Amino acid sequence: MAQIFHHSTNTFSKLSIFGAVFILALLLWLFGAFSRSSYATQAGVDREQPVPFSHAHHVGGIGIDCRYCHTSVETSAVAGIPPTKTCMNCHSQVWNSSPTLEPVRESFRSDRSIEWTRVHDLPDFAYFNHSIHLKKGMACEVCHGRVDKMPLMHQQASLQMEWCLDCHRNPEKYVRRREDVFKMGYEPPADQLAFGLHLVKEYKIQSRTSCSTCHR
Amino acid sequence: MEPDQTQIEPLTLGEQRRAELVGPGHSFATVTDKISSIVLTRKTTLGFLGAFTVAFGLAMMLFYTLAYVVVVGVGAFGVNVPVGWGFDIINFVWWIGIGHAGTLISAILLLLRQQWRTSINRFAEAMTLFAVACAALYPIMHTGRPWLAIYWLFPYPNTMGLWPQFRSPLIWDVFAVSTYATVSALFWFVGLIPDLATLRDRATARFARFAYGMLAMGWRGSAMHWHRYETASLLLAGLATPLVVSVHTIVSFDFAVSVLPGWHATIFPPYFVAGAIYSGFAMVMTLAIPLRVVYGLEDFITLRHLQNMAKIILATGLIVAYGYMMEAFTAWYSGNEYERFMILNRLKGPYAVMYWALIACNVIAPQILWFGKLRRNVALLFAMSLVVNVGMWLERYVIIVTSLHRDFLPSSWGLYSGSKWDWSMYIGTIGLFLTLLFLFIRFLPMISIFEMRTILPQAEVKEEGQ
Repeated sequence: MAQIFHHSTNTFSKLSIFGAVFILALLLWLFGAFSRSSYATQAGVDREQPVPFSHAHHVGGIGIDCRYCHTSVETSAVAGIPPTKTCMNCHSQVWNSSPTLEPVRESFRSDRSIEWTRVHDLPDFAYFNHSIHLKKGMACEVCHGRVDKMPLMHQQASLQMEWCLDCHRNPEKYVRRREDVFKMGYEPPADQLAFGLHLVKEYKIQSRTSCSTCHR
Repeated sequence: MEPDQTQIEPLTLGEQRRAELVGPGHSFATVTDKISSIVLTRKTTLGFLGAFTVAFGLAMMLFYTLAYVVVVGVGAFGVNVPVGWGFDIINFVWWIGIGHAGTLISAILLLLRQQWRTSINRFAEAMTLFAVACAALYPIMHTGRPWLAIYWLFPYPNTMGLWPQFRSPLIWDVFAVSTYATVSALFWFVGLIPDLATLRDRATARFARFAYGMLAMGWRGSAMHWHRYETASLLLAGLATPLVVSVHTIVSFDFAVSVLPGWHATIFPPYFVAGAIYSGFAMVMTLAIPLRVVYGLEDFITLRHLQNMAKIILATGLIVAYGYMMEAFTAWYSGNEYERFMILNRLKGPYAVMYWALIACNVIAPQILWFGKLRRNVALLFAMSLVVNVGMWLERYVIIVTSLHRDFLPSSWGLYSGSKWDWSMYIGTIGLFLTLLFLFIRFLPMISIFEMRTILPQAEVKEEGQ
């Protein structure tokens, strides 16, 4: 009677047993890598906007303070998107005939807001409040990155929960003096951890990690 | 190789014991023929097809229910405040418990060298696997979004930076049950390999030879193969032995670790384990009795087997009865008014009928097994095993529902009953279980061929090796 299997089956079956282990490990790794990739999180991806507003120019070049436009950042949950009037404070005088800025002037004339594309969009089930973070010495730069160097705005952090918790579990790693929270390009002191712990005590920062802190 | 009938030699003790486990006149060849023919040459009868169709129909009802629950949500089930745990956990515990007999037979009885386990261990292990598969459906479905269950249940470095609550028995459950399923599946498969090779060698159809050949993983029956097989099988038996006790202990922790009257009791782990083995053996008997009649296996699954199982059912039934007694005693002795209310409510409250039915099924009915004559009455044993299956389901229903439906404050009291979707899921899992069992009987040897050969009287080693 003829053999059912060719003798190479032995090699294939041994390979497939060992191969299965590696393929499984690879799949798990791929899953982990994909869910953290910028494809999944949109981190580092420049967003198209109706007007190519450059933070690099306005913050880095001219030196406008964050709060000039994001007026409610110290007092409310949301930082606030400036009304067209804020743009027109300057642009009624400078670049007032630039075709790039026509949508701004059009918005001003028609009293209809420019529809900006939201870059940092947390899921609706997560509660976030800007003002408390600033009060406790958490700087814009820590989450938003070097906005003064971004011609078009992009999200720097993954905005995933493990990223939130990284700081919520150990705030001393990132905290700075309240005077420095709007600074871009801040150099943390060499003894950041010790300094951070000191600030955590001084500002009475509580490491809030219970579910209902953010999922209310 | 007909045994020489003319030469009369007194049977040794070992041979006598063996003779009770296999009908007379069997040789190595007849055992192999008999068991492998059920798979390879026996015609698929109309009766088999009819029974399979019914089981498969019920399994389809299960899948319809699952789809409905996914689309509509877990609101389709009958649970609500204050009874937040209902059919899902009742049936989970029931099925997991049933699985325990298979593991006890294949692991503990193997280590204790109980030869009577041989003819029942294969299908009891299959029963374990299928029961665990049915059980696992409930916790997965009760999450409401089963496709997300993996990230709620298993610890892995997720993007939330979160781990499951390791102090909760529910996560211990995940580990206990997944370990149990893995070890049981491995044990079952390793035990099947020599028999799969037998089927590969005996099958004539090309596809059957290929399929059994793939599954037999190149088994040639060399001394080295047998040596490795024995080592692996003993190791797996060693691994599976603690699982017989640990899995249902952890299932009982789901209740015992909470602080609810009627659940928060130290007796729970041993009481649950005994109940699991009790219900498991009842299920083995429920399956064994029809199988031996339909497939003419009375020579292999003898009255001796049924009697032994009946004795285990009686013994574990008494432990379970002790558990019921202790629940009542502890409630009284604690002096705690909530505990006392709970037990009185069980005896006289809205679920009293179920409580007394469970006492009748689990405590009174098995007492017939004290009598040898009744233990040899196969029809009675079959009826009794069904009664125990029902009783053990009622036990879980009573434990879960009576403790929940009377909350600490009378303002939050309520009543519970399963919705039609609860019932269709429960009956559906029985259909799934039977479907898998029918497929198993049709395509795999339901009794271990090579192990049966080792318990034949002529396999007894009469002289010590030199």
